Amino acid sequence: MKPRVAVFKFASCDGCQLQFLNAEDELLRLAGQVDLVYFPEARSRSLPGPYDIAFVEGSITTPDDARRIIRVREESRYLVTIGACATAGGIQALRNWADVEQYRRVVYPSPEFISTLSTSTPISEHVRVDFEVWGCPIDKGQLLAVTRSLLSGAKPVLPAYSVCMECKRRGNVCVVVARGEPCLGPVTRTGCGALCPALNRGCYGCFGPANDENMESFVKLLAQQGVTGDDAVRRLRGINGYVRLWRETADAIAAQKK
Amino acid sequence: MTEPMYMPKAALENLIALLRGDGYKVLGPVSRDAGVAFEEVRAVSDLAAGVRDSQEAGRYRLEPGVPGEIFGVVNGAGSLKPFFFAPDENLIEVRREGKSFKSSEVIPPPRRLAFVGVRACDLAAVAVQDRIFLHDRFRDTHYETRRKDVFMVAVNCTRSAPTCFCASMKTGPEATAGFDLSLTEMDECFVAKSGSSAGEAMLERLGLRTASAGEAEQARTLTDRCAAGMRRQLDTSDLPRLLYEQADSPRWKEVASRCLSCTNCTMVCPTCFCHAVVDQQEIDGNMSRRVRQWDSCFSLEHAHIHGINFRPRIEDRYRQWLTHKLASWIDQFGTSGCVGCGRCITWCPVGIDLTQEVAAIRASAIK
Repeated sequence: MKPRVAVFKFASCDGCQLQFLNAEDELLRLAGQVDLVYFPEARSRSLPGPYDIAFVEGSITTPDDARRIIRVREESRYLVTIGACATAGGIQALRNWADVEQYRRVVYPSPEFISTLSTSTPISEHVRVDFEVWGCPIDKGQLLAVTRSLLSGAKPVLPAYSVCMECKRRGNVCVVVARGEPCLGPVTRTGCGALCPALNRGCYGCFGPANDENMESFVKLLAQQGVTGDDAVRRLRGINGYVRLWRETADAIAAQKK
Repeated sequence: MTEPMYMPKAALENLIALLRGDGYKVLGPVSRDAGVAFEEVRAVSDLAAGVRDSQEAGRYRLEPGVPGEIFGVVNGAGSLKPFFFAPDENLIEVRREGKSFKSSEVIPPPRRLAFVGVRACDLAAVAVQDRIFLHDRFRDTHYETRRKDVFMVAVNCTRSAPTCFCASMKTGPEATAGFDLSLTEMDECFVAKSGSSAGEAMLERLGLRTASAGEAEQARTLTDRCAAGMRRQLDTSDLPRLLYEQADSPRWKEVASRCLSCTNCTMVCPTCFCHAVVDQQEIDGNMSRRVRQWDSCFSLEHAHIHGINFRPRIEDRYRQWLTHKLASWIDQFGTSGCVGCGRCITWCPVGIDLTQEVAAIRASAIK
């Protein structure tokens, strides 16, 4: 029997699960390897668990979802988060620094229908996660590599060093050194193929923190480039702003300002 | 080596055309984005002429140079390293065949490369990498295939960047080995020398006359002056012993407080050869590629072995890098791993300067 694979969505934009469909050539071969039993975005047939692999996209932002993820965990042998929302809380984790009550009143004509939590949190704050795939969106190649490893019974491995290594392998000219551009590359996990620096833009940190970054020195570098206070906080509180190290760094800068 | 020849600037066009006619892909310093890189040149007009580089620790800018000057840029982030030791390459492919498997080596296709405008430090770096990849019976097939059919046109430095310190590493500013032709650029002409029989044949085909004593003297003066004017230096005296003895220097912690561990210094270093070998499987599990990628001793993964990481802190890794580069490299390969090109200084986002680090370690050792 082929492994039963499910793809779940929580608070997210669907961009990460779309990477399965973007796999194109590989998609058919993947479909030959696994039984996609639950993937509402791709097929109407949805079967109940248990699942061998559950890919989880999105963060937890509602009481319903906080309960649903526990069920998903119970029904799944391996639970793999895909993307910045599921892994770090996502851009919607900006609510963690804001007043959600106020949003509810201002944004919705009938706020009484809105049942939401005051925070957006990563899946790992709710259940045990077996593997995390970072990125906004995730990289198709990384997704397939992780899937293949699980199918082979091997421990998935994805690189966690800085974007700089991949940037240099590509032969990009460093935007920090040659243009003075603020760039999160030195503290960001690789995986995107150094896309933005290849287009002469600084890195936005879509793949979250690298595994051994020196934030203290990095913040000094930003300051030398004129990026301080609110500007520095905004750069760190982006797509992966709620991940601990970036959160603490940004909070410290924000506190300093006050 | 033949006597110095007088080469009019216009003859460079001829040289590129002859090399191309011989089937070489000609590469030289080309302006790209905000830097220069070795890329294909079909004519002199493709070269980054008339611009100069302004370099300091953590900063690189291209600026208007001297009109008519062809090789005004000392160097960019890219050396010749990626052309011989590829950043990312397939080593073998393994295919499932029933219950067994078959593996085949992937050899890069043959090609002829000619480099125009190679600096002495980069030639020295190629020699260092040759020693690593082509030593005795331990020959790296991939490196060897890429390295095989190469024509080198060196350009002697008559100007150094503030980050350069090749004079103290004794690798420049004048190229002394590893080239087919070397050029010294002057206002109106080059002085050309051959460094191989292929270079000598090329000089003959170019139909040059012997340089006058005055022209040859002027070329020598320019490189001598460049060497004398080099501001940065690395005191290499007693260096392996100093670094081994200072393994517990507080300076390692200090530099680690600045180091981002981002790997840029090692990526731009023309001699750093650390790599990782990773398996990339096709999704159906029937084919796997074994890929070699540039890695760095600054990555946490690099020092990870089964069950333990033996260089967990940034200070461990900075010490490893510097001590290997300047000390244990000599024990291992009989030569320093540093050629004084200054790239690790310029391309470090926070401007860490190994010459300063060594000086600081030396100073604290004397106390």
